[in-house]
Amino acid sequence: MITLSFVYVLGGALFTAVAILSGLDPSNPKRAGTTAFWGLMALSLLLGDQISDFGNGLIVLGMAVIAGTGGLGKGSLTPEAETDRQAFRRDRGARIGNWLLAPALIVPTTALTGTLLLKDLMVGGVHLVDPKQATLIAMAFGVLLALAVALPLIRTTPMVPLQEARRLLDTVGWSAVLPQALAALGAVFALAGVGKVIGALTTTYIPAHSPLAAAALYCCGMAGFTILMGNAFAAFPIMTAGIGLPLVVMQFGGNPAVVCAIGMLSGFCGTLMTPMAANFNLVPAALLELPDRYSVIKVQAPTALILLAANIVLMTLFAF
Amino acid sequence: MLTLAGIAIIAIGFVAGFNPLLVVTVAAVVTGLAAGLSLHEVISALGKAFNDNRYVSMVWLVLPVIGLLERAGLQDRARALINRLANATTGRLLIAYFFLRQIAAALGLTSLGGQAQMVRPLIAPMAEAASEARFGPLPDPVRSQIRAQAAAADNIALFFGEDIFIAMASILLIRGFLAGNGIEVEPFALSVWAIPTAIVALLVHGVRLWQLDRQLAGKMQAVKP
Repeated sequence: MITLSFVYVLGGALFTAVAILSGLDPSNPKRAGTTAFWGLMALSLLLGDQISDFGNGLIVLGMAVIAGTGGLGKGSLTPEAETDRQAFRRDRGARIGNWLLAPALIVPTTALTGTLLLKDLMVGGVHLVDPKQATLIAMAFGVLLALAVALPLIRTTPMVPLQEARRLLDTVGWSAVLPQALAALGAVFALAGVGKVIGALTTTYIPAHSPLAAAALYCCGMAGFTILMGNAFAAFPIMTAGIGLPLVVMQFGGNPAVVCAIGMLSGFCGTLMTPMAANFNLVPAALLELPDRYSVIKVQAPTALILLAANIVLMTLFAF
Repeated sequence: MLTLAGIAIIAIGFVAGFNPLLVVTVAAVVTGLAAGLSLHEVISALGKAFNDNRYVSMVWLVLPVIGLLERAGLQDRARALINRLANATTGRLLIAYFFLRQIAAALGLTSLGGQAQMVRPLIAPMAEAASEARFGPLPDPVRSQIRAQAAAADNIALFFGEDIFIAMASILLIRGFLAGNGIEVEPFALSVWAIPTAIVALLVHGVRLWQLDRQLAGKMQAVKP
């Protein structure tokens, strides 16, 4: 059976290449720190299951210290290199035209068809791929397929995609690892019972005397708690056990399906407004080279607030 | 109460502008210590959780493909495509993308789209090109605003589309949670209640994107000599 380990080997190989190429990049003023950072990432992907939990913890601490002390640098292009790149683009653009869009669509299409087809594919009585991870595994195959198509189409060497990945990771920097670190933080929060403490505080100190007030408390609680935790899935069990079920459903007689469905969507409003949901909010800002780290959140906040209000109204209308 | 120290560190750290990766790591260590774990146990718990969540970072596997295609001029192609559509504006393009992304997510096709796969290489350059065709060269703040709008459209359409699909993780989570509390609901009964909010999301964000065109026109008027 093909499992996530296969994806991690590919990822480990990619980050190893990025670490080495960063070390060899004379235009990067902080070569050592950059190489160490991506090297630790590669180590985690390649050997994370072999080394101890404590060893993995030291990897996290190491990456945090490098990032926190400004140890990551980025390369730059000389004017000549910039001219070369423009010439390359003009030449390939004239020759390939819109066919260049095709490989870009291979990755999502393969991820999609792979998820649908590979999930149930059995070979000799076992699943060919781990059905729970079919999308990620299919996406990894999509990446390999897209490279296999694009390299001959563009007529260049395999070194180019690796160098370009290094350049893009130079741009994204430490925020590439932030979503994973936040997921780990969520697990530590759960271990320490942070959610229960907040849930108890919310339900103890805030009263609600009408269905509308109860719905508003639950929806705002979901959004607010999601802002703190960065993830509506973490907020949902705590807020629903603390407010949703006892207050909205039991005390005021709300329909549990409506209450929970709209409660979850209120959590999503919170996701749109928090830097803790880094993969949706901070990573795109880095990826799109936006000077303000929070600019995506700022654009999303008005829609999120209107939708939160709409959710409170919808819950009051349909649940009671 | 001491267990909330981690959240305080996050809030202060983010507001004060410290490196978020460092802030998050410190918050995790402090939270664990506050909960009574030893330093060795905290670091181990953090390491285990980091290792268990490696799949989160696997979205970066697409970077070699995106980088290679951008090197060969993918963004130029996306721009050229938009310039052929005479009526394309940034707002209209993003409304169309929003609608398609939301419909696809509602059908369970969440992997069509995404920030690294679609927004950076295709949608953001197209959204910029539509305004460039109308107004000429864009000043950097306007360019950044358009890019942020492209990223936001992808997120909002995804969030308020995916819950309509019955096999989505959030629907399964709700169902499991209610079952644990002795309440049985069908997945369909949950997903159908995601539809009203999805429609409101389309209307609200659609209006905002429609207004974006006027806002951009106003801004570009102001910067013209």
